[in-house]
Amino acid sequence: MRWLAWRMLTGDRTKYLGIVFGVAFGSLLIAQQASIFVGLMRRTSHIILDVTEPDIWVLDKYGQNVDEIQPMSENRLYQVRGVAGVDWAVKMYKGLVRVKQRDGDFRQAILIGIDDSTMIGAPQKMIQGSISDLSRPDAIIIDLAGYSLMYPGEEIQLGRTMEINDRRAVIVGICEVSAPFQTFPVAFTKYSHATQYAPRERNVMSFVLVKAEAGINQQELCEKIEEQTGLQAIRSDDFFWFNINYYIENTGIPVNFGITVMLGFIVGAAIAGQTFYLFTIENLKQFGTLKAMGVTNIRLLRMILLQALIVGTIGYSIGIAMACAFFEITGASGQADLRGMYVPWQVMLITAGAVGLIVLVASLLSIHKVLVLEPAVVFK
Amino acid sequence: MSVELAKIDSKQIAVNNAAVRCQKLTKEFRAGETIVRALRGVDVEIAYGEMTLLVGPSGCGKTTLISIIAGLLDPTDGEVEVLGENRRELTGTRLVKFRQKNIGFVFQQYNLLPALDVVENVSIPLIIGGVSQSDAKMRAAEVLKKVSLEDKINARVSQLSGGQQQRVAIARALVHDPRLMVCDEPTAALDAASGHNIMELLREVSIDQDRVVIVVTHDNRVFDFGDRVIEMADGVVENVTTNQRSRNNGGSNTKVKQT
Repeated sequence: MRWLAWRMLTGDRTKYLGIVFGVAFGSLLIAQQASIFVGLMRRTSHIILDVTEPDIWVLDKYGQNVDEIQPMSENRLYQVRGVAGVDWAVKMYKGLVRVKQRDGDFRQAILIGIDDSTMIGAPQKMIQGSISDLSRPDAIIIDLAGYSLMYPGEEIQLGRTMEINDRRAVIVGICEVSAPFQTFPVAFTKYSHATQYAPRERNVMSFVLVKAEAGINQQELCEKIEEQTGLQAIRSDDFFWFNINYYIENTGIPVNFGITVMLGFIVGAAIAGQTFYLFTIENLKQFGTLKAMGVTNIRLLRMILLQALIVGTIGYSIGIAMACAFFEITGASGQADLRGMYVPWQVMLITAGAVGLIVLVASLLSIHKVLVLEPAVVFK
Repeated sequence: MSVELAKIDSKQIAVNNAAVRCQKLTKEFRAGETIVRALRGVDVEIAYGEMTLLVGPSGCGKTTLISIIAGLLDPTDGEVEVLGENRRELTGTRLVKFRQKNIGFVFQQYNLLPALDVVENVSIPLIIGGVSQSDAKMRAAEVLKKVSLEDKINARVSQLSGGQQQRVAIARALVHDPRLMVCDEPTAALDAASGHNIMELLREVSIDQDRVVIVVTHDNRVFDFGDRVIEMADGVVENVTTNQRSRNNGGSNTKVKQT
């Protein structure tokens, strides 16, 4: 009977393609909107994704997220280093600066100051130049997307100069980093340079990056650091979620995207569900005929569920493929807004669950009609 | 072909080898507060090896009667015995299996599956019965030959004329060799010539001594084909008429008047 279910489903090509594309469109809507939401949330923690060396991030105890931090005195670094179980600890600066180009145009940029001697926190992927070039006077490394923002359509040219808070800076390298939440250029420099570029403040150190000694429980070490320094110490993985949770709890982004994802789900469900439901209803007479000829309800149930499974699987696959293609194409076209966004496996799973739910509900609704169908309907 | 009819003033006719036996059969339908009595005490017997026509005006209960006989509806009261089985004892899966094995259906609108080609449509009852797809198609092709559609085996049903589609439906009803064939207005959607051919075909089918064919029809052009014509009116059998035909030459020619 699987053969019959398949043939009934695909017999009318137009209807069949209509159902499949209904499901595919629903999947696309859900997967794409959910992926953009996830991508935006990941962007809030971009620096944590890129700086992979430390196990623990230490920040002021009132720090709300990676961008909203109270600068600390550099003495704090030595306090942290003094905690038993800390293998190494280095300082890091992160802040917003004003970059003025030679033609007078200016823009905000994210400045990251990495430890002068160890270079911990440096970008992982260089496009041009090398990390060691940061030792040159006034050297900065800028990210590729930021460079394109500052010099749209121009070839990469190392040695270009600009002013950061009225101090000279020279581009010595181009790197690739995770897209930040704000689409600002990301500039890396040595910590000592960063303190010169940063606006004048008594304290400038944003974070202390800590590596735990081998075999030390990181969570216990965090608690120890907090106890002994009065600072906030968070494991890298937790710090990633710490930021995301802040944005989820304190901004309208999740609500807006939640609504969009929900709309995607509803529209997808309406299109896919209704098309599949109508397909079964239109075939009621045929199901009635099969019932009269001796097909049991359980076999009809299996046939409809198989049809739902086929439609759901094919539609879902097409929808996910379209969503992936969307991000690939926009990524390849250099679209900064969607840079670094992709369909995570978790979104694929959630979308599969949503699509499964849609076709299951649609098939259950139509199955009910088939199950209560009097076989005598064939004579009407 | 000469046809002679024998009118019998009886509302019931007893037959020796009854395939279907109904006694005081009633069927009521509820529509809100209203109760519609579709059958009001039907007594009828239908013999093996005969083609029986159920005739009468719309709403007289003939479709309800064949629905009950075919196991598609349950009676409200009365006794029904079909192919030796008491209908009341046939319930649930047993009833479904009984229909699957013993009954072939022919519908007014053919009810063929448009997604399938001719041979696939005909093979459905066998596939439902658990026969493999390839074996079912082979058997279906043989039956299609019997209804002179061997050249349309792979055609889509939408490519066939009404008469051809009804022949496919008859082949589908025959393919699993059922003992009871139930046909609902098989000629209603056809022109006179096609209707005639279909009734000829059904009469040939009914010659099998282990089979009974019941045809519900309005079409008085085909009344002559029935061995027995049961006239219904207002939920009861009003008249039973027999047409006797000789069986020794295939059952399609000589008819003898009986009173």
